[in-house]
Amino acid sequence: MAKILGGITTSHIPAVGNAIQQELYDDPYWKPFFDGYPKVHEWIKANKPDYVVNIYNDHGLGFFLDQMPTFAIGAAHEYKNEDEGWGLPELPPFPGAPELSWHIIESMVADEFDITSCQELPVDHGFVVPMQLFWPGAPNNPDMPRAVPISANTVQHPIPTLKRALNFGKALRKAIESFPEDAKVVVLGTGGLSHQLDGERAGFINKEFDEYCLNNIAHNPEELTKITRMELVEKAGAQGTEFLMWMMMRGALGDNVTELTRNYHIPISNTGAGTLLLECA
Amino acid sequence: MHDMPGHDYHIDIPGTTIFDGKMAMKGYALNKMCYSFNKAVNRDAFRDDPETYMNDYNLTEAQKDAIRSSNILAMIEEGGNIYYLAKLAGIFKLGVQDVGGLQTGRTTEEFKEFLLSQA
Repeated sequence: MAKILGGITTSHIPAVGNAIQQELYDDPYWKPFFDGYPKVHEWIKANKPDYVVNIYNDHGLGFFLDQMPTFAIGAAHEYKNEDEGWGLPELPPFPGAPELSWHIIESMVADEFDITSCQELPVDHGFVVPMQLFWPGAPNNPDMPRAVPISANTVQHPIPTLKRALNFGKALRKAIESFPEDAKVVVLGTGGLSHQLDGERAGFINKEFDEYCLNNIAHNPEELTKITRMELVEKAGAQGTEFLMWMMMRGALGDNVTELTRNYHIPISNTGAGTLLLECA
Repeated sequence: MHDMPGHDYHIDIPGTTIFDGKMAMKGYALNKMCYSFNKAVNRDAFRDDPETYMNDYNLTEAQKDAIRSSNILAMIEEGGNIYYLAKLAGIFKLGVQDVGGLQTGRTTEEFKEFLLSQA
């Protein structure tokens, strides 16, 4: 049976993709951000996961408002990033794991989570940037695991509740652990933390709330389910609702986790940028 | 605090538009046009003749005026969603700090300083 090794969270800001392309790792603006990743690299090298379940939110590449799934799971042989409107470089495809994808879809729907399955899914910076951060050179990294993308809607309200997100993760854990292959799996939760791009409140960042989330997600995630969606918009900013991905990831890790590394830095682009590595017991 | 999915149950968060079903309906044509800008050929077509391009997507006069005057707050008021509007901003080579400055009455440099001030 498959085993979940742990979970990794990171912000997935497009500007990070540009910084990686330009190798700005020691640039004074970027260094405090990139310094959060070497420990993650060491952990990945030591543990070499076979599969990565990448929980992100599409930003208007894979889905439009004509058909907007609340929870979508990729079930393709490979995933390509595409032009998102500002001409970012297109990478070679990321290898998929359709047999694991369909196993997860079967299990989630049996567990009463209604899933949109996607045999084609262009992936945007929300999926790609975390892969590049965790597996340098991705997808051309010898340790690159095969991927299952999961996208949750944060583009349009109503978005899922934090409780639903955590419960989704718990069902995802059950799904992965029943996959009949001795495989090692890592789960990513990408996006956040606080930021707002639109309106007169654009530029809003909330360090206190981000720290509250970071302090509770490892050992007290149920506490965070008390936050209503409107409170999340108010305290994390309109796009800080991406924190839902972190909750989905957390649910997949089981009760006991060890926090191996944490980084938090303001600002990267318009965002309070956070990184966490949680190892399962 | 209410946490209802209906149109009338959102709390008031100053300077923040909740992009819900009501706004999604209002902004559909505008957002659909912006979604088309994922493709370079469509960005070029808009650049060459924005009026024809906006007509092809059936934008309302208010949406067209917001674009003609590069008024991002007005685009949001007319139902624009920032993730799609970002693709329009890309045509004009505007980054998220430029867009933030335009919406908050700051220069891009002032907006960056504001971001730093929250560290």
